[in-house]
Amino acid sequence: MNIVVCISSVPDTTSKINFTENNTKFDSSGIQFVINPNDEFGLTKAMVLKETNGGTLKVITVGDVSTEPIIRKTLAIGADSAVRINKTATDSYTTALEIANYLKDNPADLIIAGKESLDYNGGAVPAMIAEMLDLPFVNACNGLEITGDTAKVSREIDGGKENLSANLPLVIGGQKGLVEESELRIPNMRGIMQARSKPLQVIEASSAEDLTTSISFEKPIEKGACKLVDADNVSELVNLLHNEAKVI
Amino acid sequence: MSVLVYTESWDGNFRKSTFEAASYACETAKILGTEVIAISLGEVSNDELNKLGNYGVNKVVSFNAIDKGDSQSATKAIAKIANDSSVLIFSNTNTAKMIAPRLSAKLKAGIVSNVITLSESVSPLKVKRQAFSSKAIELATVNSSIAILAIAPNSFKLIETGGNCNIEQDSTNEKGAINIIGKETASGKISISEAEIVVSAGRGLKGPENWGMIEELAELLGAATACSKPVSDIGWRPHGEHVGQTGKAVAADLYFAIGISGAIQHLAGINSSKVIVAINTDPEAPFFKAADYGIVGDAFEVVPKIIEEIKQLRG
Repeated sequence: MNIVVCISSVPDTTSKINFTENNTKFDSSGIQFVINPNDEFGLTKAMVLKETNGGTLKVITVGDVSTEPIIRKTLAIGADSAVRINKTATDSYTTALEIANYLKDNPADLIIAGKESLDYNGGAVPAMIAEMLDLPFVNACNGLEITGDTAKVSREIDGGKENLSANLPLVIGGQKGLVEESELRIPNMRGIMQARSKPLQVIEASSAEDLTTSISFEKPIEKGACKLVDADNVSELVNLLHNEAKVI
Repeated sequence: MSVLVYTESWDGNFRKSTFEAASYACETAKILGTEVIAISLGEVSNDELNKLGNYGVNKVVSFNAIDKGDSQSATKAIAKIANDSSVLIFSNTNTAKMIAPRLSAKLKAGIVSNVITLSESVSPLKVKRQAFSSKAIELATVNSSIAILAIAPNSFKLIETGGNCNIEQDSTNEKGAINIIGKETASGKISISEAEIVVSAGRGLKGPENWGMIEELAELLGAATACSKPVSDIGWRPHGEHVGQTGKAVAADLYFAIGISGAIQHLAGINSSKVIVAINTDPEAPFFKAADYGIVGDAFEVVPKIIEEIKQLRG
């Protein structure tokens, strides 16, 4: 079984989010980038599946050269090879198109992407890849078992889960539940050494045009100071919620 | 060039987020001077379909044989009528996120998700959305002739227009390459992502046996219950209640954080809530910096008092 995991390089959650160039560009100076957490669940799940079923595990990303440390990290964790499509990801459609174009020429049995990236939170790329390849798709996937050519999957829905099955090939929008956080793999020294010599292929992007464009950013209005109410005066809290905030 | 709205039903009933999307579609149609056509997937009664009229929908096309979990055939069905539309509106649910981006790819229609306001202009379409886990608001524009907008839950108020809608049944029977086996749900639970009030608790509660008062407060307020990541990791509460970066996102009118310290990963999931109340024994808990109201105190003393006070308030 050939598995491809789509990886996105995102600012660490603890990062301060700022913008430059008159609030039109994300300010990446001083930002620590990490593997998108939703992608990490997919990567570990892919390794478990490869260990059980055999096959290959490739990671793919759309990004400029600054994403290579993250790609090397996925190789150190255990991916066999990597592909970087040399383009700054600016739009869900063109990002998905680059990945789909690659996969048309290099088909995979299972394509796992995170259900959304923690920077732009678009959550659109995995479903778009599925459409471009005319494959079945399961979003917010929190359970995946593969037997032969058949996948049994579950996806998160409000208040529970839905169980589905499909023959491979299949596209997955992954999240926590594919594996648990405690099961996430981290690179060990041997992996880090091996990663240096694993193949990382760089492909030039096509010239497809973005369907959406980011114009500018603003910060949400900051909250005022927290109004502290004395623990012996709970009625005051309820009073404030009722009369001031008008939420109960 | 109508406005199309995807409506999501479970067990034959529409969700609140569906009516929010319909209201949003209706306001957008007013700006464009056109009508709203709704799309329903799966078996839904005429009575239920007609409720869409109350939120400004003029016509609903009910694809009664198509399952929304089969995004391939859902996309094909919607695409057949979407070409006559200029804007497609979705609520940003996990299921809609399987269909809306597929339509975007199929129709080459730019998609903007997590939309929180009406469009600032329609030609070209410019609209505000949440990004960076609600730490920023992005103004985005759509370059294609058809635009797809997915609305963040609880970001747009319901607007009742008091009307009926025409119902058109379409029994197109397509099957994609996926089989839907069935769903497992905890019945009667209020959805965390759609709830107006969420009562959430963390490790400060010391054990799963102490959740009675959390559930009581939630029931009293018609609220959903939620929890922090450590609590779902240890198994005190189900995973579906985990709120935060890798869990569910909450955009409630009122969010109670009881015995939760307020790790940045948790705050990333709840910071689009409008009013936040923190209750914690530790005055240095980071949650007090993110909260609107706070009580430094023991949840085991404070929460029962809140319950009593609310009961008194409600008479």
